[in-house]
Amino acid sequence: MSPLQISAFTLTTCLGRGLDVTREVLRSERSGLTPCRFETVELDTWIGEVAGVDEQILPEALRHYDCRNNRLTLMGLETDGFAQRVREAIERYGPTRVGVFLGTSTAGILQTEQAYRRREPATGALPDDFNYRSTHNAFSLAEFTREYFGLQGMAMAISTACSSSAKVFAAAARQLAIGSIDAAIVGGVDSLCLTTLYGFASLQLSSSQPCRPYDAARNGISIGEGAAFALLERPSDPGPGSVQLLGVGESSDAYHMSAPHPQGLGARMAMEAALRSASLTVDDIDYINLHGTATLANDAAEGLAVAALFGDRVSCNSTKGATGHTLGAAGAVEAVICALALTDGRVPGSPGTRTPDPAIPIRYQIRGGEARVLRILSNSFGFGGSNCSLVLGAVE
Amino acid sequence: MNSMTVPGQPLEAWIDGIGFIAPGLPSWSIAREVLRGERGFETASTVLPVPSLLPAAERRRASRLIKLSLGLGLEAVAHAGADASTLATVFTASGADGHNCHALCEQLASDDRQISPTRFHNSVHNAAAGYWGIATGSMAPCQVISAFDASFGAGLLDALAQVVCEDRSVLLIAYDSEYPEPLHAQRSIPDCGGVALLLGVRRSATSLASIRVAPSMGTTDVLAAPGLEALRRQIPALRALPLLQRLANAQAGTVCLDCLPPMHLTLAIQPC
Repeated sequence: MSPLQISAFTLTTCLGRGLDVTREVLRSERSGLTPCRFETVELDTWIGEVAGVDEQILPEALRHYDCRNNRLTLMGLETDGFAQRVREAIERYGPTRVGVFLGTSTAGILQTEQAYRRREPATGALPDDFNYRSTHNAFSLAEFTREYFGLQGMAMAISTACSSSAKVFAAAARQLAIGSIDAAIVGGVDSLCLTTLYGFASLQLSSSQPCRPYDAARNGISIGEGAAFALLERPSDPGPGSVQLLGVGESSDAYHMSAPHPQGLGARMAMEAALRSASLTVDDIDYINLHGTATLANDAAEGLAVAALFGDRVSCNSTKGATGHTLGAAGAVEAVICALALTDGRVPGSPGTRTPDPAIPIRYQIRGGEARVLRILSNSFGFGGSNCSLVLGAVE
Repeated sequence: MNSMTVPGQPLEAWIDGIGFIAPGLPSWSIAREVLRGERGFETASTVLPVPSLLPAAERRRASRLIKLSLGLGLEAVAHAGADASTLATVFTASGADGHNCHALCEQLASDDRQISPTRFHNSVHNAAAGYWGIATGSMAPCQVISAFDASFGAGLLDALAQVVCEDRSVLLIAYDSEYPEPLHAQRSIPDCGGVALLLGVRRSATSLASIRVAPSMGTTDVLAAPGLEALRRQIPALRALPLLQRLANAQAGTVCLDCLPPMHLTLAIQPC
């Protein structure tokens, strides 16, 4: 593909709101995970909860979108001046020429979970204040974003579980390549809810401790929430140091609904496709931000795939020990963490990981540090065997 | 992605195969006769095919939505004489499995929140896509989209962009199913229905028509027959019906499909 300019980006996770605080916490290699006290959840697990989500107030005209997920969407958009950059793009290109491509796994389903506790006893009806379309439905965050900016062009939600907001980059890149749009708001928003907290517990995939990606003693994920956005455009005279999307690779495991292909075959195909798309080889990659959820099976399968392609030559790690696994937002959260690494010339560390699994022969880097990073690969893999890898680069 | 793609390239493809399932219309061959006026339309509960391609364990867990999407995709693939195991796919649906969602929400509202792991992994929006991969063995890219009532249009836009940018055939599967009460009161999709289109890069021996698609602000087409028009309005995936009516009648021309107001999609159709 032709490189695309990532002309603005932002993220909000349990590490904090915006690039500056994220940068600072990543440097200190602290984790944002805390014991789960969310809502009425009674589970022995740790989560990455974003502070202040419920203080967000949606504009009056968009009040019907009100739910935790859209509050987090608004919070993310109004961070790091991102919304202003979007408005400038709309000014440049017009409201039909800026597309919206957002990933989520559960959107505002928390709203439905809570509404089910308030059903009319006689009829079973949901309460009158419940609005399925603008909260629960997978499209709600994209529709909210489109209306928030007064856009009139294409918009879609991508929902492929934990690869959702990596795959938005693929969908947006294609429309930009064809020229059906001139700019794209891409990103992902997922928020804490009972379905995922109890669901991952039912699969025995969540840890009772802060997650430990790629650790020999890893035993599951810590669920997080987050909102991350990027503004994509075709490049016009990109200055040195500006960040670009260089390649996207997608594949399917065709193996199992909730377990990865044991040899990481699908993961490997996605990474190969991303390199091909960027016209790069394995030697061009300086750092890999792994999917690294900290489940036994995910890290083993992904590790095999990375080892098969890159051997132990490339520095890599997972940042989910810091942010938790933000599920449908993870692809975009980690793309922004990679953009920060490219901007700052510094790779993040892997809080939570103490002893990298000796059975996984890759160059797993526990501590972060300054490094010459020009090109980064970022992996996101999801339930249903949905795989996506991104290549991001800095202009020299 | 093909680095040769340049801005301004039209979104176009050849339709090589069609799959169709809707209330009273169990297959494309029957829907085609109805759309040609050769057979009357009587609404009836949607008949879903048995997902015989799935391994026994997955077949037992296959919901109505899985049967619907598999049936749609396989009909289009068979129609085109294509090989499902190599095809890239775009799945698009307004929502995930409504019955499964209802059961999860009901249990999470009860005193016993220990939900079933199968229910949980079937709750993801890309469950149908995951089962498709397991059934067909296709490791090709698979996109899964939702745009509420505009889901067909959004899926078509990404599928065509893949045909043009990636120079590969793409199977588009657009499908929707019903929610039980109490969610049904808020999302009143009456039954299962959908359409699958196998979109090719070049004209082939099985090509039925070429389509060229552009976002527009036009007035959307409706169907003259009230029963079919009701389906178009009630089931988001069946917003494709004006296109299918042209395809059934091998009739050249343009249609405007309802998408995401004020943006709709204008399609220029040229039968082979």
